[in-house]
Amino acid sequence: MQIPLVYYLVLGDEPYLQANECTNCGARFFGRRNACAHCGHREFKPVRVSDTGTLRTFSIVYRAAPTIPTPYVSAIVLTDDGTSVRSNLINIEPDPAKISLGMKVKLDTYVVGTDDDGQEAVAFGYAPT
Amino acid sequence: MAQDIWVLGTHMTAFGRYPDQDAVDLAAAAALGALDDGGVTISDMDLLSCGTLFQANAGMGQQVQKQIGQTGIPVYNVSNACATGATALRTVIMAIRAGEADLGLAIGVEQMGKMGLLAGGARKEKNVYEPSGRFGAVMPIDGILGTDTMPGVFAQAGMEYANDNDGVGFEQFAKVAQKNHAHSTLNPLAQYQKEFSLEEVMGSPMQSYPNTLLMCCPTGDGAAACVLVGEERFATLSREQQSRAVKISASVLTTDPYVESGAMQPDVNTLTRNAAQAAYEQAGVGPEDLSLVELHDCFATAELIHYDNLGLCEPGGAGDFIDRGAPWRDGDTPVNVSGGLISKGHPIGATGVANVYEVATHLRGEAGDRQIEGANVGLAHVIGLGSSCGVHILEKSGI
Ligand SMILES: [Zn+2]
Repeated sequence: MQIPLVYYLVLGDEPYLQANECTNCGARFFGRRNACAHCGHREFKPVRVSDTGTLRTFSIVYRAAPTIPTPYVSAIVLTDDGTSVRSNLINIEPDPAKISLGMKVKLDTYVVGTDDDGQEAVAFGYAPT
Repeated sequence: MAQDIWVLGTHMTAFGRYPDQDAVDLAAAAALGALDDGGVTISDMDLLSCGTLFQANAGMGQQVQKQIGQTGIPVYNVSNACATGATALRTVIMAIRAGEADLGLAIGVEQMGKMGLLAGGARKEKNVYEPSGRFGAVMPIDGILGTDTMPGVFAQAGMEYANDNDGVGFEQFAKVAQKNHAHSTLNPLAQYQKEFSLEEVMGSPMQSYPNTLLMCCPTGDGAAACVLVGEERFATLSREQQSRAVKISASVLTTDPYVESGAMQPDVNTLTRNAAQAAYEQAGVGPEDLSLVELHDCFATAELIHYDNLGLCEPGGAGDFIDRGAPWRDGDTPVNVSGGLISKGHPIGATGVANVYEVATHLRGEAGDRQIEGANVGLAHVIGLGSSCGVHILEKSGI
């Protein structure tokens, strides 16, 4: 059994991220909204977010809460359909020389933990292409 | 047009660690200092506003009254992340402009001890995964889906600027911290007063690339206060009080308007640009008129991008601005001559009042060794994540 780390990760043969898109202005949100933060409209529809994009910004985090493995690369990715996503960069060395702003990345998933019932939590990250 | 507001008296405690005092002691010391400085007493005050973040539910303003005088005036306890101090100031300013007060006291205080600023939860593996919270997360996502830590969030803000503009990188960010540590050696009120070479700044332990330890503000304790007066009462004051008073020619508070990426990466730019533009319009001055700027350098990456947000440099030119030494105390626009949050310290609730104290002290010509000669206009800026931005522009009295 697998469970996504967060609701907006949709598992399956080709996992993807799902956003709530304002039916008036097209603004996208992960997580629920009562009304659009951009235009105030109150209707949303679920949309599939492009799984490819570019690295907008990053930080290599060395100091974190004690249980979090470091260093890791935190990133903001701008997907090819113009949606910003926060996640870790994965399958890359945490070395500024290896990470270039604007580099192409692609969504990938991995098992981040297993609970006592044997259920696997699946997280997502972005890997260089 | 609403009446002009003046800073009549102001005071700050040295920032640092006060294990033998509590926040009430610190706030009371700052309050009495500001009252004495302005030649007034608590009995002259029509209202009090007190800002603190970590003790926001403690009735701090009323506790201060118990220390310095319970006169029965209204107290507003405010909290607005790192913009808490600026919000306390604006509360008094709005009350005076609304005609509900002639004189008011704004206090900002924080006692943080050695708490960390590593926001975000520890990852705790539950025995059985169950979705919870707004994102239906089965475990804390900090460190899996990017970072919640402040050094990391502000690192990303800086690297985004580096992505969009040439000539910005680790070295430019480090130079900001080198400058602020150097400036702090002239400020006896600063928590740290030690100079570091660029190599030492870049070589100190990496917290969140590109922010090293020496590029991050410390936690600490401290308080600052201002006595504010409206122009009608100002006209009745002594010539000495009037000549030492500092005019608040702009006071602005903004929040972050919608931007596409804002829910993923807090946008600290747009609200600062909006606040700066409104403040320059209110004051009728431009960035080129500023004798000094105290801006919110919680991290070195933050200061660099605010050079651009506040219009201190050409658009996109923040890297060149620091490279040519423009924000040093002998440069075009001295920035954070107090040492800034990075070295002066950042007791959160106090910061937005202490910045105004710093600018006012230079405009009065009373800043001692760190005085910027001939200072006549200055700007104080703070950002609280969430987000809020406070900008105040101050002018020398001229009387
Ligand atoms: Zn909308």
